[in-house]
Amino acid sequence: MSEALRVPTMAELMAEGKQPEVLFWVGCAGSFDDRAKKITKAFVRILNKVGVEFAVLGTEESCTGDPAKRSGNEFLFQMQAMSNIEVLNAYEIKKIVTACPHCFNTIKNEYPSLGGSYEVVHHTQFLKSLLDEGKLSIEGGQFKGKRITFHDPCYLGRANNVYEAPRELIRKLDAELVEMKKCRKNGFCCGAGGAQMFKEPEKGDKDVNVERTEQALETQPQIIAAGCPFCNTMMTDGIKSKEKEAEVEVMDIAELIANANDL
Amino acid sequence: MNYLASFIFAIILVAGIGFFAMNVKKMMRNIKLGKDVDVSDNKAQRWRNMIMIALGQQKMVVRPVAGLLHIIVYLGFIIINIEVLEIIMDGLFGTHRVFADFGTMYNVLIASFEVLALLVLVAVIVFWIRRNIIRLQRFIKPEMKGWPEKDGNFILYFEMVLMLLFLTMNGADHQLQILGAEHYTKAGAFPVSQFLLPLFDGLSEGTLIIVERTAWWLHIIGILVFLNYLYYSKHLHILLAFPNTFYGNLKPKGEFNNLESVTNEVKLMLDPNADPFAAPEENAEEAPEKFGASDVHDLNWVQLLNAYTCTECGRCTSVCPANQTGKELSPRKVMMDTRDRLEEVGKNIDANNGEFVEDGKQLLDDYIKREELWACTSCNACTEACPVSIDPLSIILDMRRYLVMEQSAAPAELNNMMSNIENNGAPWPYNQMDRLNWQNEA
Repeated sequence: MSEALRVPTMAELMAEGKQPEVLFWVGCAGSFDDRAKKITKAFVRILNKVGVEFAVLGTEESCTGDPAKRSGNEFLFQMQAMSNIEVLNAYEIKKIVTACPHCFNTIKNEYPSLGGSYEVVHHTQFLKSLLDEGKLSIEGGQFKGKRITFHDPCYLGRANNVYEAPRELIRKLDAELVEMKKCRKNGFCCGAGGAQMFKEPEKGDKDVNVERTEQALETQPQIIAAGCPFCNTMMTDGIKSKEKEAEVEVMDIAELIANANDL
Repeated sequence: MNYLASFIFAIILVAGIGFFAMNVKKMMRNIKLGKDVDVSDNKAQRWRNMIMIALGQQKMVVRPVAGLLHIIVYLGFIIINIEVLEIIMDGLFGTHRVFADFGTMYNVLIASFEVLALLVLVAVIVFWIRRNIIRLQRFIKPEMKGWPEKDGNFILYFEMVLMLLFLTMNGADHQLQILGAEHYTKAGAFPVSQFLLPLFDGLSEGTLIIVERTAWWLHIIGILVFLNYLYYSKHLHILLAFPNTFYGNLKPKGEFNNLESVTNEVKLMLDPNADPFAAPEENAEEAPEKFGASDVHDLNWVQLLNAYTCTECGRCTSVCPANQTGKELSPRKVMMDTRDRLEEVGKNIDANNGEFVEDGKQLLDDYIKREELWACTSCNACTEACPVSIDPLSIILDMRRYLVMEQSAAPAELNNMMSNIENNGAPWPYNQMDRLNWQNEA
């Protein structure tokens, strides 16, 4: 824990004439949101431990444009996309990993036709491949036998058909993976997507995140695992509104793995 | 041979099919009011989707009860229609059970039609119970009030009556065969309608012939009426499910299209060599393209085809997180509104000699409220749930684009978010220069 994080930037590596294996796209939530920053750091600790040669853009990173696009502001989205692509292409980036399914989806699917084609993976896929290559081992220890339910982020699951990587990582913790009734393809949104994160909800009977939290609580979990900083916020708020903070924790998959390995 | 009967039959047949063809033509014209969209890619995958999703009912069985019942009605519809071929031949040429010569094969066919007819009858009754007694939530949502609810029941009554007529016709025919009536040669096997025989006990040959002929005529007329009802009902999916699944989205669900018209503008803005004072070229093309959609003309033709295909089953709405938490948004309503407006525009064109005359209305506000559009989380639950590949989300997005880019009418909080992105490169008011501060925070 006490060890300082090693977070090289692309600019630094370039100055040394080096090219990293992978670019870690931190995203706005991962950079600025207090809760999401913990996820970012947990992921970096794993990368440091395994010795992955990665870099971040740091101050050269900017919003992918996802919330602008989904609000209908195609102009702003394309402005963001094109300036990001310019930076990414200038550094000759080939592979990108991100802990945000929104950044993941946007860069993977919407950047190519604007001139930015990269191999883009979600951090759960990346961790899974580290595991498969034997570079990362997961000690279940503290999570052994714990009931963990996984909330599928829409932009990872339905949007891009990634369902198994996060689940396989949870199983590796020797935890008991319990599924909600609405999971995988039928997963229920946390309420943050489509730029809802940034506005008050429309008039209704209930908030979407409370509904989803109730669905999660039906599985009587000790931990609700998430793979998206926005889902994390929504589910954490849901748990608070149900006054279950003492019994149920909301954690990102990267945090689970970092904690299991005492990082 | 009764030439008069054949003549009347031919007229009814031509009128029935002709009127339907006229409406199909109108529908195709309406669909073509949509903007062009390139769906010529990946033919192989498109055929596969059509075969699996439409023909193979792949997505129907996600909900096993409704799925199984639907497969029964669907198979019944397709297979029993082989019988319609015989009915048409008989009607035109004054024959009776013209395919009877196939012998055993014919018996097997007629027997299977009967079994299917009974199964369809049972399935349709269960459907009716689900709508009217159990009152499943998705069938009684606000957008179903009035005509849509009646429409759903009419279709079920139609199917019940058609099946009953079919079985009555066979039962009476069977009884006539037993009596050895002239013209009624022994043909067919009647595993279901044989149970109707007690009803016909003691009826004279003449009465039986009247019963059989009446059922026969009403059955075929009923089919033609039903065919023509399709266009006025939600039931076009029995035909349009096929093209609709063929032209359905093949890209990852998370990928929203990049507007080309915007790309050109943005490239110009980012180009340091572009002349900011450049006047538009002399013979500048038409007015700049409208961004997003406020009416049906602004949608593409696949979206309009989607609207005609929707059968209002409400699976989309029943999984929509906004709808399920009491918001006004219902993806099914988006499709119903789009079709209603498109029909209105079509009628306007018919009434004005082929030209659309501005009617002061549009899809936005007059049909779909802004509150509905802004409630969407873009989670794609609706597109995943649709059994025939309809995409309500693309319409919602296109209408948001119009609101934001043509009207600057986003909710205030979203405007804040967007100006943050514009100024600081993040949706929150943090400085881009602070993006890496987390690495030094405890």
